[in-house]
Amino acid sequence: MSKNSKLLTGPINLNNPITVQVLGICSALAVTVKLEPAIVMSISVIAVLALANVIISLLRNTIPSRIRIIVQLVVIAALVILVDQILKAYSPDVSKQLSVFVGLIITNCILMGRLEAFALGNKPWESFLDGIGNGSGYAIILIIVATVRELLGSGTLTLPAVGEIKVIPESFYQFGYENNGLMILPPMALIVVGIIIWVQRSKTRELIEEN
Amino acid sequence: MQDLLNLFVRSIFVENMVFAFFLGMCSYLAVSKTVNTAMGLGIAVIFVLLITVPVDWALNEYVLKKGALEWLIGEKAAEIDLSFLSFIMFIAVIASMVQLVEMIVEKFAPALYSQLGIFLPLIAVNCAILGASLFMQERELTSFGEATVYGLGSGIGWLIAIIGIAAIREKIRYSAVPAPLRGIGITFIATGLMGIAFMTFMGIKL
Repeated sequence: MSKNSKLLTGPINLNNPITVQVLGICSALAVTVKLEPAIVMSISVIAVLALANVIISLLRNTIPSRIRIIVQLVVIAALVILVDQILKAYSPDVSKQLSVFVGLIITNCILMGRLEAFALGNKPWESFLDGIGNGSGYAIILIIVATVRELLGSGTLTLPAVGEIKVIPESFYQFGYENNGLMILPPMALIVVGIIIWVQRSKTRELIEEN
Repeated sequence: MQDLLNLFVRSIFVENMVFAFFLGMCSYLAVSKTVNTAMGLGIAVIFVLLITVPVDWALNEYVLKKGALEWLIGEKAAEIDLSFLSFIMFIAVIASMVQLVEMIVEKFAPALYSQLGIFLPLIAVNCAILGASLFMQERELTSFGEATVYGLGSGIGWLIAIIGIAAIREKIRYSAVPAPLRGIGITFIATGLMGIAFMTFMGIKL
């Protein structure tokens, strides 16, 4: 039992896919200008990762190792097509905001990384937990970055199904408070992640890299 | 002609794969420890982009787009829309093109092959490659020439970015970086600052 719970909680801090394993940055940062696309993206990645892990884990004894990469790509691509079609049907606005980044889940290194490193050698249930765990680790970073950027950049928070909430009260603006327009620009996502890594590594010293 | 030049400059500087869209970040972070290896990977990426973007363009134009099959079955094709298959088709094209490029380079340019080494197969899962194809589809580029120029430009932009960060990391090694930021942390922040510098190109229009 404790081994299974470790599969779930490990990737959230000590073995976080973004800040420690450095996987899946590609599609992570571009969707963090607002909170809503970040949340939708996180849910999509968790779903694809967990399902792909289970499928590959079920097939693990029948896949010849020479063609495993292609098999993995096909499984992932099929799942991503499903997610993309569902998004287009149920929330076309978010789908438009995410644009090509849903498709880029296919080449998200987290997926290949976890399939190669975990699902190919473990039972379906453990692989499922590993998928959920790593997906959540990815989701947490995405949501932190998106919250910081939207709060400082536009003074609002956008939640799915609720819509835009104004967090900074109007009176602040009358006193001369300005939104930090820099936060909306793409490079700030990288700097925010850099700062998250800084904070995390000063809390857990064992993650510090040798020079 | 002017359009092509405009697209070329924009895809290198304004819509730089790394700084504007964060594409190809995984290999960008993993293979940027020294300038030499960064150069090798960058050239391989240009090579593959130059081939896959036009091929994917042709695939999209003549097979996947709504009504694209008209050359094959005439009027009936107007209702056929296969674009939901584009992810799986593009990734298949990319994976097989990478394999093909690898074999051709090995046969005709063994020196280049031994330099590129393990980077070639890695490129199949580089997001910049699939990203360029998907952007090409989304922006509805109108000709084969445009797609080629877009592929070349994106590749050169990526090369500039990875060589820049590799050079910076070589210098950073001799600096006193706060311990928790060492390695990946400072690389993120340096990339962010480079990205802000690249934003100055934003107004360029030819």
